[in-house]
Amino acid sequence: MGVGIEVTNLNAWYGTNHTLQDINLNIPANHATALIGPSGCGKSTFVRCLNRMHETNPIARVTGTVRIGDLDIYNDCKPVEIRRRVGMVFQRPNPFPTMSIYDNVAAGLKLNGYSNHHVLDEIVERSLKNSALWDEVKDDLKKKSGASLSGGQQQRLCIARALAVDPEVLLMDEPASALDPVSTSKIEDLIFQLKSQYTIVIVTHNMQQAARVAEKTGFFLNGRMVEFDSTHKIFTNPSDKRTEDYITGRFG
Amino acid sequence: MGVDRVRDEHKLKARLRSVIDGAATGLAILATVLVVAPLVAIFVYLVYKGASSLNLDFFTKVPKPVGESGGGMANAIVGSALLLGVGSLLGIPVGIGGGIYLAEFGRGTKLANAVRFTADVLNGVPSIVMGIAIYALIVVPQGHFSAFSGGVALGIMMIPTVTRTTEEMLLMVPNAVREAALALGVPNWRSVLSITVKTASPGIITGCMLAFARVAGETAPLIFTALGNTFWSVNLNREIAALPLQIYVYALSPYDDWHRLAWAGALVLIILIVLAVSLVRYVTSRGVLKGAS
Repeated sequence: MGVGIEVTNLNAWYGTNHTLQDINLNIPANHATALIGPSGCGKSTFVRCLNRMHETNPIARVTGTVRIGDLDIYNDCKPVEIRRRVGMVFQRPNPFPTMSIYDNVAAGLKLNGYSNHHVLDEIVERSLKNSALWDEVKDDLKKKSGASLSGGQQQRLCIARALAVDPEVLLMDEPASALDPVSTSKIEDLIFQLKSQYTIVIVTHNMQQAARVAEKTGFFLNGRMVEFDSTHKIFTNPSDKRTEDYITGRFG
Repeated sequence: MGVDRVRDEHKLKARLRSVIDGAATGLAILATVLVVAPLVAIFVYLVYKGASSLNLDFFTKVPKPVGESGGGMANAIVGSALLLGVGSLLGIPVGIGGGIYLAEFGRGTKLANAVRFTADVLNGVPSIVMGIAIYALIVVPQGHFSAFSGGVALGIMMIPTVTRTTEEMLLMVPNAVREAALALGVPNWRSVLSITVKTASPGIITGCMLAFARVAGETAPLIFTALGNTFWSVNLNREIAALPLQIYVYALSPYDDWHRLAWAGALVLIILIVLAVSLVRYVTSRGVLKGAS
């Protein structure tokens, strides 16, 4: 099951560039939360702070507290531990090119030392079913490379790979922005099904997408979070003038 | 009128473009021929000069003393294999390890820059100097020539090529692949070994093969180390024969019989290198999946 996320006074830098400023936010468990905002507003940086991927860049720095469930991720544990509990799907599908479809899904478990074949078979099948890819690949699991699939299939493979380690939170950084409309709608259906079991945070440029999949929406601008509320309220009656300008298409 | 003039100009430019296109293609083909021609010429000449001296004896007998005809290079073939085996055991792991450090762990550090610079300089050191250095470092303290010291000389010569190609190939792996592994909670060292290196492995293997083929034909580093041997020996602690050394000695001799054997030895050396490289390519390409990039 998913867990909630509590962000307090989060600040992040790339070198001297202060990309996130004083973010405070509570993300509810087992719901989908969308983050919208113009390019460069810090929403990608924000989700990368939630699984400590931000700090993999040598010039990056972060301060503040992030609690995922009952775990203070910057003080109580190592990055490796938190990344096992918080899955991530990137903007561009990034399957491991030398691995089979099966090995791609099993990668997170195998590379962390699991080797029981029966358990792995089961988890791979369940993850691929959960990501709605099973029927399309079940005959080529160990024969085809992950890179041989289409872009939309690769992205669902990456979702299956993230689900296989059974995370509590799933971060999605513009998961459909490199995909065609059919693949996009498949991914959205998927988010709809997954959010009963996982806490989902999705960054998107597509406001209709936010409106379709998320209960809560946050609007980011210039490294600050301008407004965070129910998706319905953000899109029909935002409290902040800047949110209104953005969603009505006056800028961004 | 104006439109016609533009159209005429377009036609003229199109013709010009197709001429340039043809010329560029022609130059590319010419360059290809120039690259392949020397290899083909050498090979044809070796077959012409050496094939007639190839027989079963060549692969099964050791050299005969001066004045007796016949004999073979069995000991030199085995000796070369041993020397290259020792060299590869030393050069490939150290080289790959260095390349991994440069690309994955030491990026931007002073030590990495120093290692990279050293590797480039080492690559430019004349091979005879490598032989003398190993002579001073291993042969003199031990008090005797040995196959082991020859293998070490070849191995050190392999290191810079392997290191630099490994580094280049690892840097070509997209960062997205590294991030994917890290985001799964895989520790960095595991991600490097199981994901990044594996993704880059076809290129790394090419680098190792290049280094291998290059040192397989080296004579100079062996003169002061392996020395050469006209008798059968597989002892790493004693002087040992090697194909390039044997070719060198036979080619400089005044006997026609030995000249022919030298040609045959050169032919066998080239064929063995091609076989070894093809074998490695075949073995490493067997596990590749459909659609893998």
